[in-house]
Amino acid sequence: MIRIEVSVRPGLHDPMGEADSRALRKFLSIPVQGVRVVRVYTIDGDVPPEVCREFAASALADPVSEIFTVDEPVPGGCDWICEVSYRPGVTDNEGRTATEALRFMYPDAPVVYFAKQYRLTGGNLTREDVEKAAAEYFANQLIQSWSIVPGSDAAIKPYVPKVTSAHEPTVNTYSIDAPAEKWSEWSTANVWALKPRELEAILSHFRNPAVQQLRTERGLPRDITDVEIECIAQSWSEHCKHKIFSSEITYTDERGETRVIDGLFKTYIRGATERVRQLKGEKDQCLSVFTDNAGVVSFNEDWALVFKVETHNSPSALDPYGGALTGIVGVNRDPFGTGMGANLLFNTDVFCLADPYTEDVPDGLLHPLRILEGVRLGVEHGGNQSGIPTVNGSVLFHQGYLGKPVIYAGTGAFMPRRIAGREAYRKYPEPGHAIVMVGGRIGKDGIHGATFSSEELSGESPSSAVQIGDPITQKRMFDFLLMARDRGLYSAITDNGAGGLSSSVGEMATMTGGARLDLSKPLLKYHGLDPWEILVSESQERMTVAVPQENLNDFLKLAQKMRVEATHVGEFTDTGYFELEYDGRLVGLLDLEFLHDGVPRMHLEVRYEPRQEDVVSDGGLVPVDKALPELLGSLNIASKEYWVRQYDHEVKGGSVVKPLVGAEDDGPSDGAVWRPFLDSYEGVVVAHGIVPRYSEIDARAMAQAAFDEAVRNAVAVGGDPETFSALDNFAWPDPLPGAPDWEWKLASLVRTNEALYEMCEAYEIPLISGKDSMKNDARLDDGTWISIPPTLLVSLIGRVPDVRRAVTMDVKAPGHWVYIIGMTRRELGASEYAIRFSLNEYGVPRVDNPAELFNNYKKLHKAIASGLVSAVHDLSDGGLGVAAAEMAFAGRLGMELDLGEVPADGTHPDSVLMFSESQGRLLVTVSPRHARRFEKIMTGTTMARIGLTVSEPVLTVQGSQGTYGFDVHELHGAWKRPLAL
Amino acid sequence: MVRVLVLTGNGTNCEYETSHVLKLAGADQVDVRMVWELLDGVFSMEDYDMIVFPGGFMDGDHLGSARATAHRFTHARPGGQRPVVEQIMTVHERGGLVIGICNGFQLLVKLGLLPWPGQGQKVTLTHNLSGRFEDRWVHLAVDKNSPCVFTRGLERLELPVRHGEGRLVFAPEVLEAVNAAHLAPLRYVHPDQSQPTEEYPHNPNGSPQGIAALTDPTGRIFGLMPHPEAFTHRTNHPRWTRLPELPEEGVGVQIFRNAIQYLKG
Repeated sequence: MIRIEVSVRPGLHDPMGEADSRALRKFLSIPVQGVRVVRVYTIDGDVPPEVCREFAASALADPVSEIFTVDEPVPGGCDWICEVSYRPGVTDNEGRTATEALRFMYPDAPVVYFAKQYRLTGGNLTREDVEKAAAEYFANQLIQSWSIVPGSDAAIKPYVPKVTSAHEPTVNTYSIDAPAEKWSEWSTANVWALKPRELEAILSHFRNPAVQQLRTERGLPRDITDVEIECIAQSWSEHCKHKIFSSEITYTDERGETRVIDGLFKTYIRGATERVRQLKGEKDQCLSVFTDNAGVVSFNEDWALVFKVETHNSPSALDPYGGALTGIVGVNRDPFGTGMGANLLFNTDVFCLADPYTEDVPDGLLHPLRILEGVRLGVEHGGNQSGIPTVNGSVLFHQGYLGKPVIYAGTGAFMPRRIAGREAYRKYPEPGHAIVMVGGRIGKDGIHGATFSSEELSGESPSSAVQIGDPITQKRMFDFLLMARDRGLYSAITDNGAGGLSSSVGEMATMTGGARLDLSKPLLKYHGLDPWEILVSESQERMTVAVPQENLNDFLKLAQKMRVEATHVGEFTDTGYFELEYDGRLVGLLDLEFLHDGVPRMHLEVRYEPRQEDVVSDGGLVPVDKALPELLGSLNIASKEYWVRQYDHEVKGGSVVKPLVGAEDDGPSDGAVWRPFLDSYEGVVVAHGIVPRYSEIDARAMAQAAFDEAVRNAVAVGGDPETFSALDNFAWPDPLPGAPDWEWKLASLVRTNEALYEMCEAYEIPLISGKDSMKNDARLDDGTWISIPPTLLVSLIGRVPDVRRAVTMDVKAPGHWVYIIGMTRRELGASEYAIRFSLNEYGVPRVDNPAELFNNYKKLHKAIASGLVSAVHDLSDGGLGVAAAEMAFAGRLGMELDLGEVPADGTHPDSVLMFSESQGRLLVTVSPRHARRFEKIMTGTTMARIGLTVSEPVLTVQGSQGTYGFDVHELHGAWKRPLAL
Repeated sequence: MVRVLVLTGNGTNCEYETSHVLKLAGADQVDVRMVWELLDGVFSMEDYDMIVFPGGFMDGDHLGSARATAHRFTHARPGGQRPVVEQIMTVHERGGLVIGICNGFQLLVKLGLLPWPGQGQKVTLTHNLSGRFEDRWVHLAVDKNSPCVFTRGLERLELPVRHGEGRLVFAPEVLEAVNAAHLAPLRYVHPDQSQPTEEYPHNPNGSPQGIAALTDPTGRIFGLMPHPEAFTHRTNHPRWTRLPELPEEGVGVQIFRNAIQYLKG
């Protein structure tokens, strides 16, 4: 073995080491004076010394800024050395690139492994400090190991984390005669997560004489093979089958009325879309909804838009970097695997975490700051390196996310309406078409998702706990597949995500009526995988395509040319079975109908008990002058510039409304406007709404607010509300019997669905895709649960007829009139204001009149599209006060407001008018020369002129209890500081 | 007839907007081609009058920005032909133009093509002093005495930077030579001043003397960290909604128009 060390040339800055040093001091209070980073490349074998030196000089070290050594430590003393390497089998992107580079010079060269060394200086540093730094900052023990040695020690000997499994692949069986308890035991031990009723259904299917006769005929054992049971477990998982959303629920509402819900998904989600499509008639934009990896809607005559949002919560809780990276590159594959494949256009992300300044975190959980930083970096690498702009998102905080963060990642894409004369949103596989796996190789990564045992993580066995994505391998694959798509080489495409090949092939098989898959064909990362592991592995960067036999040769040749691995692994058939082979013999035979429709339906029963009385309190209010600056500094309101800047939000050149806008590029945008085609002025609007706080009082209010907020945001930047399409992403605490407070969580789920349906219907906005993640709890050692608040994210896309009419939220000029649209009520329940000041306010914001609100939005859109407004900002967290402050400081101008003019349902104290979070409200500025036309268009809406923009940077608010004046720069500082990490 | 190559594949990701701006700028033929075809010898750099290396993350920047690709372009012999770096030199020597943007600039520097082609790598681009990737718009001042053909006629411009490794590192004598020959055509400046700045965030990466770009003594090789292809229309500008006087065309187009006009003589 040869060990090459590379470091920054002495005397030059090492910004990455300096950043590490700052972070250790700031977040872990470790008394480190400096950190220098050394990159370590170990060649697992021999190459001639002159090749090795040239390799290091040309491919590894920069001749100007870096130095390297071969088989000796690179100079540079320190007090402690901490070296971090990957565990065996974990994706090593740097090592792979280095191996490729070495083989360029020396074709048969051995594999190169990457490790990172941190040299720490600081006289008072103890070994414990360095252990802490390794465990909590430099490394993640699930995927990495580290060694710590004193800086005075001799060189670290070369080592490589190679997988050296001697395991010979086998197929095991499980007896169909074993008692139910035994099967339950197996289910737990093997992480099949199959419930007793499901196991019963499986056994009764396999005991069926007809099934047994066929097995005998086909040379299969009487018992169930591990390949078969693993395949069923994947297909029947909550993740794939959405068992809670398809269960029958007997629901009793707050009035005591009972009804039976024939599946939440069918009734409320698909039901809403069907209703909206009917209402919209010829204006219906849906092309493909709920049937594919992502939703597809028409954009114009030539192009369709594709959108999908996913969560990646458990992986992000275990390995924030890898989890989030895999989340973003994973959701990229959804639109890419929709229809005949789509061109990726933008990413979105929403992070829900606990307060990053939390002091005590229970054992076994990662600190929220650690998660936040890991997730940030994961999405940064996943999005930036893929060349997909991150255009919209948010970061929000609630202590319920301490147990598990909720990490949403979304991807929008566009596809031609037709490819080779056929509708591109459909797939055209036929019996006889080849099954080809494209992209990365298969390893033990992500087998059984996020479950793991200590045994799997030690010694020489590959880590299966988490996956690390590789954006560049994926980008190469996408480049190739788009070319193959446009040449008409394949007939269908889907992604390998959860469940790996078992899901991708198993699901596509339903389109032709069968598939035959040879598990000895897929390329593996290393030897020793059992056939069932090959079937369910979730190794990243893989797509499955159907290729007509006559194109197979061209397809494989093109792949080779584009340096992408593609393997012919089987055929689609029409036999009605999913046939699994290994080494020339049949190892699994699954009736497709049973596989996809055999899962027994759950029946649930629940009664909704309103949690808190829905009345307004008379408690003391915090005065406006004290409250506003403090509210601007609340974590949910404060500037998220730290994240926004680290994501490329402009690549592909179509950015029109950026996440940060205003006089100095730092005001918070409501939504994004993007121009997908640079030779046209048509735009796409992207926005979202999410208010988990409200679900603590009533999830129904949360759903209404999330939906309304998404729509307001999209309208505010210039989107046409009649073109909007929405996605629903539910992230829920376990709502099944056994979980604490499960009735309330399940009833909340029903209420959220009901509200969602009503909002869709009133706004005539279809749901085009979505996802549910239903087990977001952490169980601590002492038996207590930390559960997330029921959380609904509503994401939205739509059209902007002409991007030159898009609007931003910053005040543009003095002398413009300020209007408020919508009615203000005393709705401070679970508001940022009530939470910040611990007030007992229960009047949670509700939408009782969605049709009226939507009418307002349509009128506002008309005014915007006519070029009559100069700024629009939605009123959400922190209400009017926060919105006005943000508009003013984003424009570095002032505003004068008169609270007496604000349309309200009664007489309210100033604080209520300023901080109530009543829905359906927006602030608009209009130049006086456009005011008459603007007011005319807005006739019939609840709207009032409440003020004026002014040149002096002061926000002046005239209330009934006093006049309040705020220096805009001070408000800005209060808003900008808290999360400038 | 000006033939322009936009090279992509293996992690490059700005090819779409880069080919768009070249068409706006008047190029007759813009070919977006895959690096693999180049490495297989399917085509040669010498088929083109102008070579464009757009932004992205070649090889994921895994061994340092653009390092793995620079290594490949120096050592690989496509279809038994001369290494890519020599093909680029031929295009340059016969009067052609070469531009590298962001990751493309990193590549040109690491190929030793900037600022003095043929003399080996004299400067480098490495991690921003902040230790972070950043997307932000910056103000740039043009050195009117620079030989650079791409920046002719320009004085001030605003463009976005989107990089984590944009800080130039020079040996002191190299920096002096660059200054003496006016080989740094663009420098980061404070919005209200014309002097180059090292102050964050106006200088987003800590480059000495605000240097944001390099050219060679002929002015025909140009590398820059900011993205001119990202400012082709007024709506790209982050403050376009408050600047009614902004022209319809983004100033980024002029950089490419200068190049095409130069080639058309």
